[in-house]
Amino acid sequence: MSAAIMEVNAEARRILAVSISKLYASRTQRGGLRLHRSLLLSLVMKSARDIYHSSRESEGPPVGGEQPSTEEAMDACSGCPGEANPGHREPQPEPESVEPAPEDPEGCDGEITEDKENRSPARQSRKRRGKASAAPDFLPSKRARLEPGEERYAAAPLGSCCRAGAVDSLSALSLNRVIPAF
Amino acid sequence: MRLPPATRPEGSCPALHARTRLVCRFQDPEPADLSMEEESDTRKINNSFLRDHNYATEADIISTVEFNSSGELLATGDKGGRVVVFQREQESKSQPQRRGEYNVYSTFQSHEPEFDYLKSLEIEEKINKIKWLPQQNAAYFLLSTNDKTVKLWKISERDKRPEGYNLKDEDGRIRDPSTITSLRVPVLQPMDLMVEATARRIFSNAHTYHINSISVNSDLQTFISTDDLRVNLWNLEITDRSFNIVDIKPANMEELTEVITSAEFHPQQCHTFAYSSSKGSIRLCDMRQAALCDKHCKYFEEPEDPSTRSFFSEIISSISDVKFSHNGRYLMTRDYLTVKVWDLQMENKPLETYQVHDYLRGKLCSLYENDCIFDKFECVWNGSDSVIMTGSYNNFFRMFDRNTKRDVTLEASRENSKPRAILKPRKVCVGGKRRKDEISVDSLDFSKKILHTTWHPHENIIAVAATNNLYIFQDKVN
Repeated sequence: MSAAIMEVNAEARRILAVSISKLYASRTQRGGLRLHRSLLLSLVMKSARDIYHSSRESEGPPVGGEQPSTEEAMDACSGCPGEANPGHREPQPEPESVEPAPEDPEGCDGEITEDKENRSPARQSRKRRGKASAAPDFLPSKRARLEPGEERYAAAPLGSCCRAGAVDSLSALSLNRVIPAF
Repeated sequence: MRLPPATRPEGSCPALHARTRLVCRFQDPEPADLSMEEESDTRKINNSFLRDHNYATEADIISTVEFNSSGELLATGDKGGRVVVFQREQESKSQPQRRGEYNVYSTFQSHEPEFDYLKSLEIEEKINKIKWLPQQNAAYFLLSTNDKTVKLWKISERDKRPEGYNLKDEDGRIRDPSTITSLRVPVLQPMDLMVEATARRIFSNAHTYHINSISVNSDLQTFISTDDLRVNLWNLEITDRSFNIVDIKPANMEELTEVITSAEFHPQQCHTFAYSSSKGSIRLCDMRQAALCDKHCKYFEEPEDPSTRSFFSEIISSISDVKFSHNGRYLMTRDYLTVKVWDLQMENKPLETYQVHDYLRGKLCSLYENDCIFDKFECVWNGSDSVIMTGSYNNFFRMFDRNTKRDVTLEASRENSKPRAILKPRKVCVGGKRRKDEISVDSLDFSKKILHTTWHPHENIIAVAATNNLYIFQDKVN
């Protein structure tokens, strides 16, 4: 695989990771989910996914050892709509289906050392954590899971989403399964 | 300030010759959250230049600015839900140089934070837009909106009060009737000028999504409020009903590909309005055609240049603002990197395209990471439609003269702006050698963005909002 394709591939993965962290963070934003912003994020993710996917096809089938994390990430995603604000179904655009559940906050690439979006004081100064307006992420999802026996991450505190190495499982995903709506 | 000479030809813009001077600068000195204060400031807005606070509380960030139709008043809205109205000082023979200064006229809390219990959502009190109604009597009226509710405010002056009541004394206490021995007629006595703002109408519960714009119709009876998927038409007198005239919500939300980003009524034709989309298109609609204006009568879109395609092409083509020209013949749109002027008679491409900060094209990925790529810049026409203005980063703002094709970059900053100082044109160096006064792209401060600007309807006076500071510039002609 040529270096240029690898670079594009890495870029696509990085953008995908950043986008997912933004989607996740926007759920706790004051004023609720912004439809326009969510739509733009989903379009970027779609572009990144298409480019990543097309370069992956030329690369060959994924390595076997990465399969378990594929399923974990996938069912984290399938579980996520149940986690979202139950009374807030209507304004959610299609990217909600791809949003990772809080149990598995796949956030930044290891290369990104700081998540500027969440650190911005403009975002944090008005956050009301733990009050009714925050999504009750610590509650178990009522949605049926594909892998009920899978171990889950403990609920992460809202706002932190940088876990090193998280994107490795992301990179192993067959993205068609993660983003069915596209 | 001296008036521009009467012989100045129509359509020229002296400001482009770098004679723009700072008239006054306003900074809200005290933080909205008192617990952050270190010294005891009294809670008042003053227009002192001397306060110097290094922090800006989020509530003080200006979120909209708008001159009224005469230019006498300037309204600003902020993230804390407050509206501050400035009034231009009257011309006075004794102090001719003070003409043109704007002073605080009225301050009021327009919107409060609310909570939607059904959706478990907080509704921000940030003022998204203010639109003035043309003045029809002694009072001033404006519409202000947050994400969900539009309010009509009446701002009126009171400089007399009745005194000499029979049944109550001057403090308002009821007098004992047995002590009243004579009758008098109350008279109006002068008092210190008081400016009061009252909410006359509240237009609520009509938007599921976040309101991004409002526009008053030229008929002065109706207005539209626009959210991501719908445009609603209201009568200014009726608050419990609105008509939905555009609805682009798909039956299945998963098929959503486009949202409405802004809408505006035509300045003269009361049946025509335009709305812009996140895909970079503008639709012109005629309300006479059908009750639901889902079918546009004109559709403006420029085909995408495939050579500039990137991950972020959709984001940067999303239109953040649309404005009709004063003469009603053109439309201006702002997307992330450009401003475009469209002729209403030509739908397939814009008449003019101006690059605002094309040097950012190679930095879209970082701008995506720090969220700047989602910034919504506004654009504005001057009174004669010959010059357009829009903001950028590093507290820069840009003006483009449509006739001479010249453009200028100016900066709104405390360091460069002593009162009456002439603004120096700025330049961003894009590569290679940086000249002495130039700024390199990498040293631009992306936290200092100018999203909101407004231009006086007749004169060359502009108001520029830089985070929590308001700058008013006027061009001076020798």
